[in-house]
Amino acid sequence: MRKIRVLAAKPGLDGHDRGIKVIAAALRDAGMEVIYTGLRQTPEQIVAAAEQEDVDVIALSVLSGAHDYLFPKVMELMRAKALDDVLVIGGGIIPEEDIPGLKSVGIAEVFGPGTATTAIVDYITANLKRQV
Amino acid sequence: MSDFAEKLKAWQAKVDKLAAKHPERKPQFTTISGLPVDRLYLPENPGEDYAAKLGLPGEHPFTRGVQPTMYRGRFWTMRQYAGFASAAESNRRYRYLLEQGQTGLSVAFDLPTQIGYDADHDMARGEVGKVGVSISSLADMEILFDQIPLDKVSTSMTINAPAGILLAMYIAVAEKQGVKPEQLRGTIQNDILKEYSSRGTYIFPPKPSMRIITNIFAYCASDVPQWNTISISGYHIREAGSSAVQEVAFTLANGLAYVKAAVEAGLDVDAFGPRLSFFFNAHLDFLEEVAKYRAARRLWARLMQERFGAKDPKSLMVRFHTQTAGCSLTAQQPSNNIVRVAFQAMSAVLGGTQSLHTNSMDEALSLPTTEAVTIALRTQQLIAYETGVGDTIDPLAGSYYVEHLTDEIERQAEEYIKKIDELGGAPEAIERGFVQREIQQSAYDYQKAVETGSRVVIGMNKFITKEPFTGKLLRVDPQVREDQAAALAKLRAGRNQAAVDQGLAALKAAAQADGNLMPHFLTCVRAYATLGEICDTLRGVFGEYRAPSTI
Repeated sequence: MRKIRVLAAKPGLDGHDRGIKVIAAALRDAGMEVIYTGLRQTPEQIVAAAEQEDVDVIALSVLSGAHDYLFPKVMELMRAKALDDVLVIGGGIIPEEDIPGLKSVGIAEVFGPGTATTAIVDYITANLKRQV
Repeated sequence: MSDFAEKLKAWQAKVDKLAAKHPERKPQFTTISGLPVDRLYLPENPGEDYAAKLGLPGEHPFTRGVQPTMYRGRFWTMRQYAGFASAAESNRRYRYLLEQGQTGLSVAFDLPTQIGYDADHDMARGEVGKVGVSISSLADMEILFDQIPLDKVSTSMTINAPAGILLAMYIAVAEKQGVKPEQLRGTIQNDILKEYSSRGTYIFPPKPSMRIITNIFAYCASDVPQWNTISISGYHIREAGSSAVQEVAFTLANGLAYVKAAVEAGLDVDAFGPRLSFFFNAHLDFLEEVAKYRAARRLWARLMQERFGAKDPKSLMVRFHTQTAGCSLTAQQPSNNIVRVAFQAMSAVLGGTQSLHTNSMDEALSLPTTEAVTIALRTQQLIAYETGVGDTIDPLAGSYYVEHLTDEIERQAEEYIKKIDELGGAPEAIERGFVQREIQQSAYDYQKAVETGSRVVIGMNKFITKEPFTGKLLRVDPQVREDQAAALAKLRAGRNQAAVDQGLAALKAAAQADGNLMPHFLTCVRAYATLGEICDTLRGVFGEYRAPSTI
């Protein structure tokens, strides 16, 4: 069995990277391979990185409120490239009422403040779309 | 008479004179039960050790505070960080807050503004007006401060990479109100080093960024003398996950780097030193936080003397703003956040803060609503007017535990600073990723402690209930971007383009040479060159920063 490959990504201009870095460290400690994009990635850059790195999972993090534009944009580009077997999850400061809309465009799950990293590890492991 | 007794007598005379000129809040202070409250309490026989470590309020080493009467003279400035959507909407929030008794403004800019993109730039998609107000040109700034007299309020602006440009806009708005630059009071954050390590809104590489900061120091020393030219910020370092010791150490190390850069550029440390200000976090560990502020004051005073020979007492002072810890707030049982914020705010007051922002209970969910902001402001007012903690100076001094923590934080922070010195100073330590890795490790350790339950977070890992949040959330209308883009198109069509081109060309030439950029920023903003155009001109000369990978 190979390692699960995860792209941890910060779309948009948001500089809050404490959460994504903590999650990256936790996923790594759980045996996954994590590629972190760094800050200020456009949706195009994120999707290109996902394709190039051949990842199983994209974990998007936005705390600036721009998730309503950025998450659907990433999903639109994923569909355009037919990257349908990549599990895409999101997190950050995301109001409860926004979650159904994000799920309807293909974000598999949204994790809010206070989520245990173990919950994210378990979710990824249970919901991968590709064989590892 | 002992040395200290003489000092005390001189201090007493100074304070009496000051109190005669600016009376304290009350002629007499008493507890709620009528017991008299003195200005200052001292050990029975203060000796050399006391004088060296604690001293007197307003005097070296400033452990007990930077003003001789502290909050008996006047309370801290109550300054709520606010701004969202359009300039007109933010202007309404500011005027509301001022009517509610807030005593200073604090402007939050949206991310495109903070990173030097106009609202119609492609990178601004989804972000316009979200975490702050969108400002693309002087025209927006004129609306933002409409009917707010800039000679009466003090304004803090959380702006870093383009700080000089936003300050130039503020000066230009003041001119239109008939207010002179020397009358302006306020602060620009202007602290780029913590952007690289912790907050992320950098534009240019460190070297030109440090040069712009030095330009601002020099310009303000002569032209905007009451302006705080920098707010050296530990707040975001703590939010990124650091410990209290790291917060003090990395903040002061950044401060030393700015002072060094300015001195190397030929400025006199006592010309700009008095305008340096600081910004700290108020986290959950109540007494550790009180000790942290006291330790930061004592350590900075010593470092400024030892390293730069600063003589003006104001150059030695840590005057600071505090904000309660956003990262400590929970999305679960959000009403509990009101209580967290109250304790945190109290620690900042007991630690001698000069101004304070209290967070709103709903900040783990979205931008704060007006109701939540009002409770947050009331929390400070409660501490000030009802609890009595401001009636005597530095009331926790002499507590064995608080003094121990103060000593220990100072000692450990200094050890860190020495480590940073060995790496070549703060800019080098950040470029190598040292500071980022230290903070990341602390953040990860904290998270693990929460997940194992060794650190209790009420409502999250203990005393959990499932209560859905039923309050309202503030939403920013996506139309803001469209409106801003339309306004920008109109602005570009209606301005004197030749003046804009000339201003930007002169700015470019100055950036390539080594003159002060501030006068050029002023010329450009007065001609309604946009923030994005000015920053693009500088990007063309300085390039953009690329962050090192630290994970």
